[in-house]
Amino acid sequence: MEAKKTLNLTLKVWRQKNAQTEGAFETYEAKDVSPDASFLEMLDSVNEILIKKGELPIVFDHDCREGICGSCGFMINGNAHGPQKSTTVCQLHMRQFEDGQELVLEPWRASAFPVIKDLMCDRSAFDRIIKAGGYISVNTGGARDANSIPISKVNADEAFLSATCIACGACVASCKNASAALFTGAKISHLALLPQGQVEKDERALNMVSQMDAEGFGACTTTGACSAACPKEISLTNIAKMNREYLRASFAQKEEVAGGDLA
Amino acid sequence: MLEFLKSTVGRKYLMGLTGLVWMGFVLTHMAGNMLILVSAKAYNQYGHAIVSNKILLYGAEAVLLLALITHVYCAITLTLKNRRGRDSRYAVTPNGEKAPSRASQFMGIQGSLILAFIILHLITFKYGNYYETTVDGVVMRDLHRVIIEVFHIPVYVIWYVVCLILLLFHLSHGAHSVFQSFGILERKMQKGLKKIAWVYAVIVVAGFLSQPLYVFLIHKK
Ligand code: HEM
Ligand code: FES
Repeated sequence: MEAKKTLNLTLKVWRQKNAQTEGAFETYEAKDVSPDASFLEMLDSVNEILIKKGELPIVFDHDCREGICGSCGFMINGNAHGPQKSTTVCQLHMRQFEDGQELVLEPWRASAFPVIKDLMCDRSAFDRIIKAGGYISVNTGGARDANSIPISKVNADEAFLSATCIACGACVASCKNASAALFTGAKISHLALLPQGQVEKDERALNMVSQMDAEGFGACTTTGACSAACPKEISLTNIAKMNREYLRASFAQKEEVAGGDLA
Repeated sequence: MLEFLKSTVGRKYLMGLTGLVWMGFVLTHMAGNMLILVSAKAYNQYGHAIVSNKILLYGAEAVLLLALITHVYCAITLTLKNRRGRDSRYAVTPNGEKAPSRASQFMGIQGSLILAFIILHLITFKYGNYYETTVDGVVMRDLHRVIIEVFHIPVYVIWYVVCLILLLFHLSHGAHSVFQSFGILERKMQKGLKKIAWVYAVIVVAGFLSQPLYVFLIHKK
């Protein structure tokens, strides 16, 4: 079998020591890259050379390398996770690129996602949005029978599509407003569609939106850049659902909560 | 309630609502003004009918003014928040299959010019030259004459055309964005809504464009 032609690439990589210092682009050569290598494997080999030369390796986030954990992600030539749709950068292969191409690698840029180092940024703002309401409260004990709660197929499918969000942050990174509406919308929709999510759905919508605003993300302008960049193709309908949930919750009768005085 | 109005989601509901008010206005305003292509008499009678009913006139003006102020206020505060959301710029921005539409990237600039247009438009026409004419024994303002005068000024016609093209983009994006802001976007509707928004925008803008172009190119002074 004919050997596959390897690639030589020029990488312009954002190098930044920490959140306090200014960063800048550095140029590196990636030589003899196999078209079958993943993008992160290509960076691994560039890093090995840097380490051997006694230089600091390029820092980037990653974990599963299977496209399921949401750890990886940076901009390649202006696109979150690179040019291929519905793909995380760990699942992006070098055959997408051409020999001699120059690739500009930048971290996610958003005020709410400060750079930790090089291509790695701090996405704990997402964790705080989840903490504000992205959960359901259940009693512990034996697990319930899987089919004891009837759920319509339509809702189950739609909830599943929302639940595929891996919270990588590509939506925020791609949005000109650095809006977290797609992420927050997916989380609110996912639980609002299921019976288990009904009890807390009003507080969830109110608290998650208010946390999203407090973290300093921008608002949604319906540009659709988020959904186009999303490796899981989360739909803009999730943002519509969030808005609807938020409107309903804002004007819903607040329940009287007993116990304030009793406790 | 206050919490709702302060949130980004709540302010988008307001933007959408006030945008819809103006979308309704520009459509009817365009349709009524097509009478300029019919005759001076029909046009002046139409204008006279509008200003004759004071309650309706002041009511409509109040709603439009309030809507515009709210729309612009939300546009400014949201745009500022959006700018703060991204404190450092990318060397390269999304492109290819992952690129967003052009119109959606420049809503603020389009809007600002539309605002300038609205103000100038009121100065030239509503508060412009006052001529009188008599139609069927009724004395009324000869608005037709003002329109014919203004639309023979090349610079004014160019400015008009430029602003209308900006309005085309503002509406083509706004008219579908509003469905998402209002939370009534469903998976099945996505493609159709974008088309409907474009059809609406093209109808409004083509209608408006036909008026100065007709006067400038065909109608004698
Ligand atoms: C004829 C007058 C106007 C009409 C019919 C109109 C209509 C609309 C509509 C329907 C939207 C979409 C709202 C949404 O997404 O919910 C919109 C958005 C917007 N408008 Fe207007 N508009 C007008 C004038 C203006 C003016 C005068 C300004 C600013 C000075 C402006 C600035 C904006 C901005 C910045 C947005 C985008 C907001 C965002 O999504 O972040 N518009 N407009
Ligand atoms: S490393 Fe887990 S999704 Fe890419």
